[in-house]
Amino acid sequence: MPATSEHLTRRDWIVWLGFAALLVVAPLLWRSSFAQTMLSQIGIAIIACLAYNMLLGQGGMLSFGHAVYSGLGSFIAIHALNLTAKGQLGIPVSLMPLVGGFAGLFFAAILGYVTTKKSGTTFAMITLGIGELVASMSLMIPEFFGGEGGIQGNRVVGTPVLGVNFGPQIQIYYLIALYCFISTAAMYALTRTPLGRILNAVRDNPERVEFVGYSTQHVRYLAFMISGFFSGIAGGLGALNFEIVTSEVVGAARSGGYLLFVFLGGATFFFGPIIGAVLLVIALVLLSELTKAWLLYLGIVFLIMVMYAPGGLASLLMMNLRVAAFGKLHRLWRHYVPLAIAGLIALAGAAAMIEMVYHLQLSQALGPEMQFLGLTLDATGATSWLGALAVFAVGVGLFEWVRRGFGREWNRIQEEIAAEIVRREAA
Amino acid sequence: MTTPTASDYAVELRDLRKSFGKTEIIRGTSLAVKAGERVAIIGPNGAGKSTLFNLISGRFGPTSGEIRLRGERIDGKAPYEIARRGLARSFQVSNLFTRLSVFENVRCAVLWSMGYRYAFWRFLADLKDANERAEQVLKMIKLERRRNHLAMNLTYAEQRALEIGITIAGGADVVLLDEPTAGMSRSETARFVELIREITVGKTLLTVEHDMGVVFGLADKIAVLVYGEVIAFDTPDAVRANPRVQEAYLGSVLAQGH
Repeated sequence: MPATSEHLTRRDWIVWLGFAALLVVAPLLWRSSFAQTMLSQIGIAIIACLAYNMLLGQGGMLSFGHAVYSGLGSFIAIHALNLTAKGQLGIPVSLMPLVGGFAGLFFAAILGYVTTKKSGTTFAMITLGIGELVASMSLMIPEFFGGEGGIQGNRVVGTPVLGVNFGPQIQIYYLIALYCFISTAAMYALTRTPLGRILNAVRDNPERVEFVGYSTQHVRYLAFMISGFFSGIAGGLGALNFEIVTSEVVGAARSGGYLLFVFLGGATFFFGPIIGAVLLVIALVLLSELTKAWLLYLGIVFLIMVMYAPGGLASLLMMNLRVAAFGKLHRLWRHYVPLAIAGLIALAGAAAMIEMVYHLQLSQALGPEMQFLGLTLDATGATSWLGALAVFAVGVGLFEWVRRGFGREWNRIQEEIAAEIVRREAA
Repeated sequence: MTTPTASDYAVELRDLRKSFGKTEIIRGTSLAVKAGERVAIIGPNGAGKSTLFNLISGRFGPTSGEIRLRGERIDGKAPYEIARRGLARSFQVSNLFTRLSVFENVRCAVLWSMGYRYAFWRFLADLKDANERAEQVLKMIKLERRRNHLAMNLTYAEQRALEIGITIAGGADVVLLDEPTAGMSRSETARFVELIREITVGKTLLTVEHDMGVVFGLADKIAVLVYGEVIAFDTPDAVRANPRVQEAYLGSVLAQGH
């Protein structure tokens, strides 16, 4: 059997060029200032989620406190920015993200030394403890963290280079896009180095790694520092983007967000966290505008994914691409459409009930009537509740019925593919 | 005849003891294995054979006593420190990097010994010597055709072969194999013994083995471990004739094995 090439194939080049092109043209396609804000945040989140997944997906380290490193990167960067504005430092704005990166590296080197001494559950507990420690310190040291109000900054500092002063959002977006591309490429490159591969080995079987000459603790520590560096870059970009850094950037909610969305995107594939980052920003910016119950929806989606698709969206995508590669995807489409319709019906019923509960709890002063998908519901009326329940039940029933047919077809296709592979190997 | 100096021995155990709680599993074991010897360690279940391997390879630290590798003390050192000194071991239950391919499994075992250590500034694809070595090991363990399969998807016998491949890939000259043929059919065992013989040429080999056919076919010397003590350490013929061994353990089993 010929050795498969490990160098970048033509397809890899196309994917990377496509990624770069997408980063360049995205703000030209979506021109509103709202879209530019979202794209900027997505770029930052991609770096943060990929850095987080270096631990979770590549190294099998479950961190509950990774916002510490992106957050401290943010704070150091905004202080550096303000010192530069006062003339006490002379760092160009375009390099501020690196200041954040080195801050992340520095704190990861100190705190990670303790954290990475252990693995598994103990590791997770220590990250949780350190996360809480830093979060509580952020309120105790207002000189550094700015207390409740946070630290403000102004990114238009120093003389513009070629007319670029990073004032307009579009200019900061392209700075973010540049860092996003380079960081993504660098983190991908890392997965193809000796350290990157041994990190996978530590994830799979830490015990055996020790018997082929590697200190698992040292491997974890190095990965932790590199992850801290990229998290810090994301933090530094965040400081430039928002021009304000508050203590919530080191908080548990932010750390939990990384975990949740990296998992949703898919920790087992390199590109999974990129999907997760896009979802993170969409949920944070769009979904939170749409409904007050957005965290509840997020929790439900997370639960369903953990139970039915632990590989995240990336693994679902890859499984379907595999089916497509064997030319059998068309057989799944006639299941996917009814599945989606049934799912949407169930969702509409569930959402109606959730929104009615939230309406009763939060907006009762406005009366029991509320708008939902163009319908007027009475949150205290039996008809509305029974109607919503009926829609939900019908949706769930339909979904289950369609799902069984889909499951059978899916299994048939997998068996055919397995047989096909055996045939090809024999040939 | 001169007494051999310490470093004539590849592995030397001196009055080694190991207790778990109040139970002493290894009770003052001494053993000196010369470089290039193939030694089989036999003994009834619970005699402490696997514990002995765990002590030598650094998985556990001994309660007291000395372990020397080519004359140098290694007792109490971490497994990776011992591995770096050229001692490798396999496990009774296959202990693989399950979600990596067969090739990656072997290459991971090659990297340290080739000096690439924790490098994150060069690509695996460019490490010609490490890749060639990994391919060579794949050929030796006859898994070239499975090179791109995940380790978790191999058959039992293939996993056993990969287990040995990972063990020898780093080029260690002292090799510990913990029941390499356990759970294999008779024909698989015969082929596997041949494989072990091929890939351990010129190396010092310690193996724990239950199959007496394998023991007498492979070993230059046999160490008999009973209740944490070595009661005999000699050539196969001498061990077979040893009345103490027959009394304690071997008698009937030996007859079966031959």
